[in-house]
Amino acid sequence: MKTQDYKRLYIWEGPVRIFHWINALCILTLTITGFLIADPPAIMSGDEASHRYWFGIVRFIHFTAAYLFVAVMILRIYWAFAGNRYAHWRNFLPFNKKGLQNMLHVLKHDILLIPERKPGLSSVNIGHNAVAGLAYLLMFLLALVMVFTGFGLFSNNASWWFPKMFAWVPAALGGDFMARTIHHLSMWLIWFIVFVHVYLVLFHDWMESNGEVSSMISGFKFFKKERFKEE
Amino acid sequence: MVKSDKRETYFDAIIKMGYTRRDFMKFATFMAAYMGLKTSAIAQIADALENTPRVPVIWEHYQECTCCSESFIRSDHPIVADIILDKISLDYTETLMAAAGEQAEAAKHATMEKYHGEYILCVEGSVPLKDDGQYCCIAGKTALEQLKEAAAGAKAIIAWGSCASNGCVQSAYPNPTGATPIHKIIKDKPIVKVPGCPPIGEVMAGVIVHVLTFGTLPELDRIGRPKAFYAKRVHDSCYRRPYYDAGLFAEHFDDENARKGYCLYKVGCKGPMTYNACGSMRWNNGVSYPIQSGHGCIGCSEENFWDNGPLYERLTGLKGFGIESTADKIGMGVTGAVAAGIGVHAIASAVAKRKAKRAQRAEGKTNEEELKA
Ligand code: HEM
Ligand code: SF4
Ligand code: SF4
Repeated sequence: MKTQDYKRLYIWEGPVRIFHWINALCILTLTITGFLIADPPAIMSGDEASHRYWFGIVRFIHFTAAYLFVAVMILRIYWAFAGNRYAHWRNFLPFNKKGLQNMLHVLKHDILLIPERKPGLSSVNIGHNAVAGLAYLLMFLLALVMVFTGFGLFSNNASWWFPKMFAWVPAALGGDFMARTIHHLSMWLIWFIVFVHVYLVLFHDWMESNGEVSSMISGFKFFKKERFKEE
Repeated sequence: MVKSDKRETYFDAIIKMGYTRRDFMKFATFMAAYMGLKTSAIAQIADALENTPRVPVIWEHYQECTCCSESFIRSDHPIVADIILDKISLDYTETLMAAAGEQAEAAKHATMEKYHGEYILCVEGSVPLKDDGQYCCIAGKTALEQLKEAAAGAKAIIAWGSCASNGCVQSAYPNPTGATPIHKIIKDKPIVKVPGCPPIGEVMAGVIVHVLTFGTLPELDRIGRPKAFYAKRVHDSCYRRPYYDAGLFAEHFDDENARKGYCLYKVGCKGPMTYNACGSMRWNNGVSYPIQSGHGCIGCSEENFWDNGPLYERLTGLKGFGIESTADKIGMGVTGAVAAGIGVHAIASAVAKRKAKRAQRAEGKTNEEELKA
């Protein structure tokens, strides 16, 4: 048997990795503080209100994380135009023939686990596969829902134009009640995608031994050399 | 009820009623304060009331409980209820007018014809649209017919209360009568929404005096509510707000925290989502308001407040999913399903790809040996 050579390939550039981890941190922080806002724990205390401010701090963290969330979102949008081919916005709109074929392939062999007759190397995905690309599009739309409803709820407390820009959102939804319900529900949808995402990353790392997990830290993935000859 | 041809001004009528000029100026000052206007507006209001002829008002009642009228006639300053509406301007209102039956209808029609395009139409209540509108009929006509007829010649419409502004309790799921707010029916007239169940009497006075004296609508927000009264949430002017920020909450209505006057958020206060002036103007001539009396805000001035989850808990309710299902329960269900799916997939893939893994491992070993060699 001849040697199997693996090639190291730089895929996730700095801005993508920075976006990824700050975004993850924001979602975690926003969820924890969001739950505290939705259902604050009971604290029995004889203290005067003037001595405490914890709920204000929780909300402060939520809103600060929200701004960071938007900031890295803008960074990522910029990088979807300025970055390499794996970061490009076209990855997230896999609606051409190649994309649809890839989607079918992923569904058949990765999700439904139907064994491949003749495992072709060209079906090994280097960046995002088409299903993942679509999932991240959904994630982006949900993030927009969070930003629009969140900043819409926040707009009345704000003094500068950015949050005020979203004041029309609760009005269009009929009021803060509905905006809050949607904000809360979308959080669950985000976690739905996060769970599936984390699982599938681990799955691919395990199945394909390509360094999928560490790639979001180092930026590198590993592929058989032949994968590139075929291209 | 139809007035003589010589159109008297509000001032004339007020003086004729036995009020003094001093009372009149006090009234103008009150109104400017209600409307949140500058002191210079006092003179403007006085001037307008002295020089413009009275504006006729038709006040319709559809599917409602009359709490708006009740609230209004109790508003702080006697001139409001007494003079502006009761004695001078109100040409038609089933509840307060002396005439009844055909006489009342005749009065209304006379006003509608004589002052076509000039009168103000006030609407209390929602309009049922289901089953040909048979759930609310007045003088042999459905509320829908009545509304369309009255709105045709109106200069502007004031939608009193949550019923006329957003449907209120009658439109609660499943809305058996098809109760519909005014702005969804009348599209071609300026409409002011004054939601609340009921709205605060002084707010109603402020709105109507603005419309009558200036002949224009007050500044409205995106939803169509006067900004002067609905720009802030109850939460923003709530005197318990420091407890909210400190995270000190009443857990039950009868606990120590409730006695200490802590924030009512956890017993269901909807103040953080409700736009109304309760915290600043208060009720019954500024005596108190629900939160001051120990009860959370139920969000009575917000669209769909009835269907948006329980009144005494902080839950995210969803109408149409059954009373008990909340966003969190759905979320947990979905998450559980995902976890189960992941489990099944992980096991299945472990089985399905065992062979592939074995081949990979063998490949790796050969590789190592080749490299060593
Ligand atoms: C730019 C993004 C966001 C903004 C501006 C924002 C803003 C807000 C605001 C203003 C509230 C209401 C707080 C209050 O009334 O005091 C809220 C509540 C909440 N937020 Fe966010 N948020 C954002 C993103 C997120 C994200 C990404 C999550 C989670 C994935 C999240 C989860 C929650 C939860 C669970 C609540 C409580 C809702 C409830 O009371 O039922 N938020 N957020
Ligand atoms: S009692 Fe209600 S309105 Fe007042 S601070 Fe608490 S949550 Fe806000
Ligand atoms: S406190 Fe809330 S429920 Fe009570 S009257 Fe005001 S807006 Fe309506």
